[in-house]
Amino acid sequence: MDSLLELWSGLPSYVRSTAWILIVTVAVILSVAFTTLWERKVIGWMQLRKGPNRVGSLFGLLPGIFQPFADVIKLLLKEVVVPSASNKWLFRIAPAITLVPAFAAWAVMPLDPNLVIADIDAGLLYVLSLTSVGVYGVILAGWAANSKYAFLGAMRSAAQVVAYEIAMGFALVGVVMAAGTLNLGDIVRAQAGGVSNWFLIWLFPLFVVYLIAGVAETNRAPFDVAEGESEIVAGFHVEYSGIAFALFFLAEYANMILISALTAVFFLGGWLSPFEGLLAAGHPLAAPGFHWLFLKLFFFLTCFMWYRATFPRYRYDQIMRLGWKVLIPVTLVWIAVEGLMVYWGVGPWKN
Amino acid sequence: MIVQVLFYVLSAILLAAALGVIVARNPVYSALALVLAFFSSAALWLLIEAEFLAIVLVLVYVGAVMVLFLFVVMMLDINVEEIKRGFIRYAWLGWITAFLVIAQMSAVFAVRGFGIDTAIGVAPQPADHSNTRELGEVLYTTYVYPFELAAMVLLVAIIAAISLTMRRRPGLKPQDVAKQVAVRREDRVRLIKGVGAKPDSAQGEGP
Repeated sequence: MDSLLELWSGLPSYVRSTAWILIVTVAVILSVAFTTLWERKVIGWMQLRKGPNRVGSLFGLLPGIFQPFADVIKLLLKEVVVPSASNKWLFRIAPAITLVPAFAAWAVMPLDPNLVIADIDAGLLYVLSLTSVGVYGVILAGWAANSKYAFLGAMRSAAQVVAYEIAMGFALVGVVMAAGTLNLGDIVRAQAGGVSNWFLIWLFPLFVVYLIAGVAETNRAPFDVAEGESEIVAGFHVEYSGIAFALFFLAEYANMILISALTAVFFLGGWLSPFEGLLAAGHPLAAPGFHWLFLKLFFFLTCFMWYRATFPRYRYDQIMRLGWKVLIPVTLVWIAVEGLMVYWGVGPWKN
Repeated sequence: MIVQVLFYVLSAILLAAALGVIVARNPVYSALALVLAFFSSAALWLLIEAEFLAIVLVLVYVGAVMVLFLFVVMMLDINVEEIKRGFIRYAWLGWITAFLVIAQMSAVFAVRGFGIDTAIGVAPQPADHSNTRELGEVLYTTYVYPFELAAMVLLVAIIAAISLTMRRRPGLKPQDVAKQVAVRREDRVRLIKGVGAKPDSAQGEGP
């Protein structure tokens, strides 16, 4: 084991970075696969059903555990239909444009006290700009398909994403003010010292706004008007089939996981332990680590499914009203309040 | 060395994209080429260690401005023939504009006349140098009044744009959401005893 570690640290940094990129990407893809299963299971339980339980099991436990792989194989084997009146080049490239930012954003995610692939100073801005690029895939898919339903979905999605990006950006301005840095790792470190220092408590309105805007940005229920089955069939990806559709699916779930992880990093102290300061310093439960980030991420990810099982879909004009007239004023007020808190020295932050 | 190669590759992409903006026949392709141009210039800014500006360029122009632009361009039904009709008639205006732009750009390249040496590259900064902090410090101390003035100008522009495009049509019946939320069951439903109910004897005798 020690010799393996030695070999690892002896490798040049670009080899190690590439290896980490591969590990994180594969981990995200596998997480997406099992997130789909978990979603079907959770919603099934909430609706008093069993959910998928036929495909595979581990020694009689966890029935349905291999359902995602069955789904992937099915989608891979299906024909990719390209409508003859579509813009073929944009039609083919659109899923990739949605997918790439969802994965690229993981580069700056602080996974562990010592582990982040690219420790850049403007990490928060990088994440914001990448998540805003993802909408191009949706718009181009809707336009290139040359279908009315797809186009309507794309238009809705564009307006929605632009509206909620502002609320999301303002919520993050509050985080930056509190942490005094744009580096995601340092934002986590700024929340060290126990649960009372987490931004969740001091920036609670911004946390709520960020959570809502995150659901809207990922086009998930109850803000999934871009898909809106009952109105526009399947929205922007109505003409996609087979693996091209699977790429949109992959991007959506990767974005859900990303937003969950970011919520944990910005407001719940990322990899910090909730028992920090309560237990003795040497206690294993008080030690920071990836498992804490994972638990927080998993909680928010399950919340996404919970919303989907609970809330009916918002009407389009109500979504716009919520974004512009409710969420943005809330963030503006709380940023002013936070400015006063910083001025008078209330709160855990030192800058 | 690698930086130089990157610079020339990115500049080539930037020039090709900029050319694509004006020669593409489909306006959607033009808009997409502009997005590519923004990305390449952001990458060029990264090469001179202007990380904050580079990422904000992507965030603002690619993430917001161009999305709305694309949104509008896709909805337009552009008649290419009609646009081309005035091409020869206004060609002289185009030539003058092009000449002015070229003259300006040459003046920038000839900046050595102002006593600034462009040939030397930017000296690399230490790794803990924060571009963002430095910009913020300058922006909120030395240039705080111009900065706030610019903010006011933008605010005025927003208000002007809204007031120019807002039309109050008569006969609209917008919803008052506060009223909708405040509605209670008693305001809408009244239960009347006895009407339509079955005789008491029929109740409690289910199948």
